[in-house]
Amino acid sequence: MKRSGSLTWLLWLIPLVFLLFFFYQPLLAIFRQVFSERFNQGWQFFSWAQITRPLLFTLWQAFLSTLLTLIVGLPAAYLFARFEFAGRKWLHTLSLLPFILPTVVVATAFNTLIGPRGWLNLILMDLLNLSNPPVNLLNSLPAILLAHVFYNTSIIIRMVGNSLTRLNPHYDEAARVLNAKPWQAFREVSLPLLMPSILGASLLVFLFDFTSFGVVLMLGGPQYATVEVEIYTQAMSRFNLPMAGLLSMIQLVVTFLITLAQNRLKNPRFGKAVLSSEQKTRQQPVNMRQKIFVILMCLLLVVLFVSPILSLVSRSLVTFEAARGERGEFETGFTTRYYTELFQNRTGSIFYANPLAAIRNSLVYSVLTMLIATSLGLLSAYALSRSGKLTRWMEPFFMLPLGASAVILGLGFLITFNNPPWTSGRFPILIPIAHSLIALPFVVRTILPAIQGIPHSLREAARVMGAKPWKVIREIDLPILLRAVIVSLAFSFTISLGEFGASSFLANARTPTIPVTIFRYISQPGALNYGQALAMSTLLLLTSAAGSLLIEKIRLPGEELF
Amino acid sequence: MLRVEDIYKDYDGKPLLKGITFEVQEGELVCLLGSSGSGKSTMLRIIAGLEEPKSGKVYWKGEDFTDKPTHERGFGLMFQDYALFPHRSVAENIAFGLRMVGRSKPEIDSLVEKSLANIRMQEFADRPVTELSGGEQQRVALARALAPDPYLLMLDEPLGALDHNLRTELLKDLRKRLHDSQKPVIYVTHDQEEAFALADRLLLLHDGKLVQEGAPERVFNQPANTWVASFLGLGNLVPAKLISPNRVETDLGQLEVPIAPEIEPGSDCVMLLRPDDALFGENAISLSNYLRAVIRDSVFLGNYFRLEVMVGQTILQVHSPHPDAIGETISIAWPASSLQCLPVA
Repeated sequence: MKRSGSLTWLLWLIPLVFLLFFFYQPLLAIFRQVFSERFNQGWQFFSWAQITRPLLFTLWQAFLSTLLTLIVGLPAAYLFARFEFAGRKWLHTLSLLPFILPTVVVATAFNTLIGPRGWLNLILMDLLNLSNPPVNLLNSLPAILLAHVFYNTSIIIRMVGNSLTRLNPHYDEAARVLNAKPWQAFREVSLPLLMPSILGASLLVFLFDFTSFGVVLMLGGPQYATVEVEIYTQAMSRFNLPMAGLLSMIQLVVTFLITLAQNRLKNPRFGKAVLSSEQKTRQQPVNMRQKIFVILMCLLLVVLFVSPILSLVSRSLVTFEAARGERGEFETGFTTRYYTELFQNRTGSIFYANPLAAIRNSLVYSVLTMLIATSLGLLSAYALSRSGKLTRWMEPFFMLPLGASAVILGLGFLITFNNPPWTSGRFPILIPIAHSLIALPFVVRTILPAIQGIPHSLREAARVMGAKPWKVIREIDLPILLRAVIVSLAFSFTISLGEFGASSFLANARTPTIPVTIFRYISQPGALNYGQALAMSTLLLLTSAAGSLLIEKIRLPGEELF
Repeated sequence: MLRVEDIYKDYDGKPLLKGITFEVQEGELVCLLGSSGSGKSTMLRIIAGLEEPKSGKVYWKGEDFTDKPTHERGFGLMFQDYALFPHRSVAENIAFGLRMVGRSKPEIDSLVEKSLANIRMQEFADRPVTELSGGEQQRVALARALAPDPYLLMLDEPLGALDHNLRTELLKDLRKRLHDSQKPVIYVTHDQEEAFALADRLLLLHDGKLVQEGAPERVFNQPANTWVASFLGLGNLVPAKLISPNRVETDLGQLEVPIAPEIEPGSDCVMLLRPDDALFGENAISLSNYLRAVIRDSVFLGNYFRLEVMVGQTILQVHSPHPDAIGETISIAWPASSLQCLPVA
């Protein structure tokens, strides 16, 4: 088996070089930037308050967001796991939608709901005959919390709901037979057994809330800056790269600690025994209390999940005010103008974001990301599927990029690749590379279980029958992996299309992506800018929804992505 | 004590239980026997209050328990997978039911200790239940079910999850412990050996109905119909037609049978020919139900040979003391008194 040993090295080599060059080098560059600055000037370039303020705020909002998400998510998980009702499947699919929505889309959607031009204000202005928007929820903590709950409730529903449906119902029944009242049975038996999954899901939600960037940038405004937003501001507006680097290092440490806590939770000693295969535990609500619970919960979820999306789509199709430059007469009401405007190339306009170019760029980046991430993912997954000393050494090395946020990646790229050939030309290859690094963990997690699921005896049988190694791969592995590969392609495509964090660092005026363009439009005054941001967000929403629907259709049941 | 009356229950829209009525007396061990999917476990769950019947009543000492919540019934139920709480130790599992009824701490401690001593597992008290072997888990599960001193104990296939050798060993232990508890017990199983070894009374469940009820010997000697005979593996079943009060016409020829008053002359029935009742050679020739059979297969099983023989086109199984060669023709007969005419199920 010496030959297969050297083959393993080759498998490792390509993803290893890629990671070293495009992940570890930028990461190191950030460190170097910070410490060389310290060496030159001492710790002069910052004050402690500049760090503790965003850090404490980030922790505080992540804590509040997680708490609120649990308050909505746990009853929702219970609803889906235990009750059968009309429209259940539909609502369940809907509840999973937010997870795949790009941050800019979510931020824009909430803008159309609670922003100064949003439905809430429009309706209040109409009702109360006001000329100015009465409530401003934008640029506030509640707006951030709302968007985070919208985003992460699906994680609780999926992770805790999954444990709930698979929790062997005999435990609860045994407790009740042993004289426990229903609530005692829940507190003494079901809850402790579900605790690892609730804690795991909470930590993941906390991690996502902690590293959330686009939503906070677009809904929180400057006074509610989290660490990620502060990194962006320091790097892009103040050009204080050492400060941005220092914040990144702090961010990395906290992220690492959260991930560590998560891994400790992974293997509770009774983990496996508790879960059986999916049980038929759902039933129609029988008594009044259950009926009220189901109805209220459904209403809440519909409002939470549908209203922002509906609000975005509907608001992108109506106009209430004159576009900038338009004088006198204009129509209020239904319009497709925001959409048609996207496809008109106004080269003479002062806008530096060209929507058509953005769409074209994003599509090209996404296709490239799809190809790079999936091929790297395939190689890495094959390498990781080999058992042995090498794999044990390599695994953490491969899994570390999971913890790095898109913003840190963007910053690292900005510092490392700031000279030719990287900066020359109209086509920054760095964007699809950054997107590939972000998509890579998802791809590996999709493909690795599929590879591990192929019984080794199949390959041996093929080999015994005379198949050469590459033929074994073609005849056995590929057909079985096809499904996982298609899912990976769709996944990386959608991730790249909606990616905002890294792109906001790397996309320059000539090479915008869709999310970056949306951000620029919505940060500018004027009804037409606002409308175009909404129109683009709606298009992005539809593409992402189509992508995730494809993923859901092809994916084998039981594969978990987080 | 327990009375179950006319229970109906649907599962996935199909009727599963179609009018089940039975009683369990004080200190009686009743075995509910039936093939898998026959609704035995569902019957237990209805008695425990874990499921609601579509119609019918459950009475305990004359009181209507049908709508009583599970935790107020005071019945014990042992699950087939034991459902030992994996986040609690052996002692904590046994203490659970006592804790729920609000016994004091010292009381619980001494009862748990006694209970552990009963199953000879004192040194296991603080171990996690996930580290126990199958047999140990079974003992803990039984101890846990018995600890709160339930009025009625129900066991759902308590030996079902264990391998054959362990089953035989634990069956003896279980028999003693159930007997010692002096509680009314309902024991659900699909295994007739277990049922025969344990039961004071058998209830046979088939197609949603109780098809026979009675002491094991009675059921064994007088199966109510063909399904019972075939489920219990009592012997060869040969279709027949009653042509006179004590004669049937079969594919084997005409046979003399005991008078079966419950079967109309001229109607169809099924003959039960038990392998152990067959007589051979000299003993056979003098009898009226005498057959010539060709041996197709012979397996030595220690005390006897299990022969597969062919009479005309019919294949029969008989137990013979003689080592006859395959292909040989032998004489076989069943005394008329050993035969039974069963109604078609």
